[in-house]
Amino acid sequence: MSVPAVKVEGVRFAYPDGTEALRGMDLEIGVGERVALLGPNGAGKTTLALQLNGVQRPATGSVRIGGDVLTDETLADIRRRVQLVFQDPNDQLFMPTVREDVAFGPANLGLDGKEREERVAEALVAAGVEELAGRAPHHLSGGERRRAALATVLAMRPDVLVLDEPTSGLDPAGRREVLEVLRSLTQTLLVITHDLPFALELCERAVIVDRGRVVADGQTADLLDDDELLADHRLELPLGFDPRAVSARRGR
Amino acid sequence: MGAGHAHTLYHHGHTRVHRLPPEVKVAAAFVFVLGVAVTPRHAYWAFALDALALVVATRAARLPLRFVAARMLVVVPFVAFALLIPFVAGGETIDVWGVSLSRDGALAAITILAKAGLGVTTSIVLAGTTEQSRILAGLERLRVPTVFTTIAAFMLRYLEILADEVGRMRTAMRARGYAPRWIGDAGPVANAAGALFLRSYERGERVHAAMLSRGFTGTMPRLADEHVTRHDWLTGIGWALVPAVVALAAHLAGT
Repeated sequence: MSVPAVKVEGVRFAYPDGTEALRGMDLEIGVGERVALLGPNGAGKTTLALQLNGVQRPATGSVRIGGDVLTDETLADIRRRVQLVFQDPNDQLFMPTVREDVAFGPANLGLDGKEREERVAEALVAAGVEELAGRAPHHLSGGERRRAALATVLAMRPDVLVLDEPTSGLDPAGRREVLEVLRSLTQTLLVITHDLPFALELCERAVIVDRGRVVADGQTADLLDDDELLADHRLELPLGFDPRAVSARRGR
Repeated sequence: MGAGHAHTLYHHGHTRVHRLPPEVKVAAAFVFVLGVAVTPRHAYWAFALDALALVVATRAARLPLRFVAARMLVVVPFVAFALLIPFVAGGETIDVWGVSLSRDGALAAITILAKAGLGVTTSIVLAGTTEQSRILAGLERLRVPTVFTTIAAFMLRYLEILADEVGRMRTAMRARGYAPRWIGDAGPVANAAGALFLRSYERGERVHAAMLSRGFTGTMPRLADEHVTRHDWLTGIGWALVPAVVALAAHLAGT
């Protein structure tokens, strides 16, 4: 039995104002799996993401990454292994150029010279942004910025990538490019999204959370085909969208 | 480094001046301005020589005259008061087109204009040939504490985003009929400023989280180390010493 990439057990978490965001969250994700995290606003999706790399810590329960429990001792290492891609790429691109931003992480790891350049080049290629390396983040389009943010976290060589709304605010072509890049990655992916067709195209498995708990876990196509389940948790497919047709086409 | 040249202060080019390492240019600009500042008043030939040195630098950097002249206008509000001095200063008076002016005042005004003009042109040449981020890198290599350079770097990075947010807020306010005329109408502006502060603060928290995730431990890593040759330093500082030498000569000639 292999060790899961992510294992969350009985995690509870409340914000200082008393809002209980997670009420006994359980989730297990295998190595290399791509999982969509669905649910209405305020369900605890982003809070869960912040737990996974220790930006927030559970009040009770435990988070394990690759078998290691998240503690003060493992925090630094787990932060490197689990990388978050935020909803607003401007939060993630804080250096003058894309290349310097991608180099920021490896430089903090103590890499320099040729080794660092290789890391940077590898991440730029993986995110499909080599030609943007010298540009300033302010002068990129939404989709380019999203992929540049992805390159900055890929340079850390993470095991797990958590993406918060990777398609929000993108035009269809930008969305398509992000999808292609994500599909080409080998890392374990957890994708928070309201874009259900995107979830279906990218992830075999989906998890629906509501009120701080997992309420459904299964094949994305099955969950999206369950109208009652979707309606219960304020999820809606675009008008005329048939998940069965899409998954049949994908299976061919 | 082809980036960031959309900024209005930078003039893209590949001249010798552009290629000089930023720390050399920053140090040279500082030394140059210092030399101008210690030049004795009324030594007009000295200012003319300094100006000549700047013309040489501007030509070498291939900065168009229009580019330099347009940016020199920034000095206008600061020297406006210098133009008043001839009218208000006392002492011996001279007649210019029938207007009686203080002679000392007029000379002081010319000196102030000359020094301000030389100083501003120096920084235009520096900024015109060096991208903002490289100026900061230069400052860092000149041992300016990283706290200052880091704060300046973040400010430059997020200033444009902040300006965009301000623009959107203004549009939203105007779209709902807000047309301030009197100080009493300033309330919504104050609210907007508060909202902007909160948004920036929250963004700061998110940026910090992103930095922590990528191994930030409190000091910005050094990313680009350039090779500075002795020749670079000699070129930069040699040029920058012109006003100091001229000022010394002027002092000696004056005694």
